[in-house]
Amino acid sequence: MNAEPGAAAVRVVLPYHLRNLAGVGAEVPLEVAAPVTVRRVLDALEARYPMLRGTIREYETGKRRAFLRFFACEEDLSHESMDAELPEAVASGKEPLLIIGAIAGG
Amino acid sequence: MSNVRVLVGTRKGAFILTSDGKRKQWQISGPQFAGWEIYHMKGSPVDPDRLYASQSSGWFGQIMQRSDDGGKTWYQPGLKPGEPEMPAFPATAPNRFIYDQSEESGKPLTTHQWYDGTQHPWEFKRVWHIEPSLAEANTVYAGVEDAALFRSIDGGESWHELSGLRGHGSGPHWQPGAGGMCLHTIILDPKDPDRIYIAISAAGAFRTDDGGKNWKPINKGLVSTQSPNPTAEVGHCVHHIAMHPARPGVLFMQKHWDIMRSDNAGDQWREVSGNLPTDFGFAIDVHAHEPETLYVVPITSDSLHYPPEGKLRVYRSQTGGNEWEALGKGLPDRDCYVNVLRDAMAVDRLDDCGVYFGTTGGQVYASADSGDNWAPIAEHLPAVLSVEVQTLG
Repeated sequence: MNAEPGAAAVRVVLPYHLRNLAGVGAEVPLEVAAPVTVRRVLDALEARYPMLRGTIREYETGKRRAFLRFFACEEDLSHESMDAELPEAVASGKEPLLIIGAIAGG
Repeated sequence: MSNVRVLVGTRKGAFILTSDGKRKQWQISGPQFAGWEIYHMKGSPVDPDRLYASQSSGWFGQIMQRSDDGGKTWYQPGLKPGEPEMPAFPATAPNRFIYDQSEESGKPLTTHQWYDGTQHPWEFKRVWHIEPSLAEANTVYAGVEDAALFRSIDGGESWHELSGLRGHGSGPHWQPGAGGMCLHTIILDPKDPDRIYIAISAAGAFRTDDGGKNWKPINKGLVSTQSPNPTAEVGHCVHHIAMHPARPGVLFMQKHWDIMRSDNAGDQWREVSGNLPTDFGFAIDVHAHEPETLYVVPITSDSLHYPPEGKLRVYRSQTGGNEWEALGKGLPDRDCYVNVLRDAMAVDRLDDCGVYFGTTGGQVYASADSGDNWAPIAEHLPAVLSVEVQTLG
């Protein structure tokens, strides 16, 4: 992975089934150009792992899938705009962006 | 000697069962896609090693998988390792099922009836059934929820709706059954490539005679007694339809209640439930070599989704319906409270026709003698959603 000028090393933690689908470990490092937002992180993630397209956000609407959540720095960012800037700790790679499968379904 | 490959989709992954033509010893491989719901897997009649699978999850949505080596390895079409990356989101992709709302369709394709009687937008949920083309390994059809028919002509890399079906004037009156509004049955006419039959819960059966451009409801003769209009053109809960390839105009249907038969490509149906203990059920299939021999698995009722008296029985008619015999040798005689779902029965094409079905209890039963004797070939799988059989060699 070649770093682009101004790109930050973002860490993304995927749920179990998406790790298997992409063939990666629990944490994926991604170069994301500033400003770092959820949308840009997902764009980078899907560009590198196209098998994940449609699994985190819906194809038709581009919205977050209902049973997934975005957590970071002990905050729930799921209901923030996808274009909101992520915390500096995430943008700098100190803290990961967590993509979590909601505990639902019994 | 021929071999048999049984493709089993379950609530928690896919399994492939293989045997030689004797069908005594079985090997089970899997789970593939562990933890995901596999609504359906089916192989191409043109290239038996080309398999398609529908992998889905309430969390992560729909994934289409393809194998080119008989199920040993799988990949999402167009995303094979080593191939160039696809264009950026949201370009055409193997898991993308977008309803056609183009100007050209000229039809109000945006809503159907919801449970409360209001109109509700069509929303894609999952692929229920995959039907590979009889002529081209790269052409494959997908029946989806909310009900629509899609086709891929590039081996599953991209999907396009045959919107003439959903654009049929009755579309706004279609409504979901308890399992959702799913297009669960696709039958391709082996003698007429332009003729396709489909069935939707709970709209009914439809037929196209022009390759999918125009569709007509084929529900005359169906009676849904608890509906306000029991003989309506649409609004019937068709559970499954089966056809023998040698007689594509003859159809057999397991409706919510009633076993039905049509001898004129669905233009008219008549009931052939006969002496069945109950005519509620989901699965129905036809013997590989005897077009008048049918199989069903009676289920107690729409409120009690298990066999009558806890005895698992396949019923066979060798007269095209009406006269049925219970087949129970090797099947549980007591304390059996499983269901057999609509896509969970299939036959092989060996000389002595094999019959197979899977249960929600995770058993797959097989008969190597047209149903006279049965034995479990898998006993502890997750709930079985679908069973397809390939006769190889």
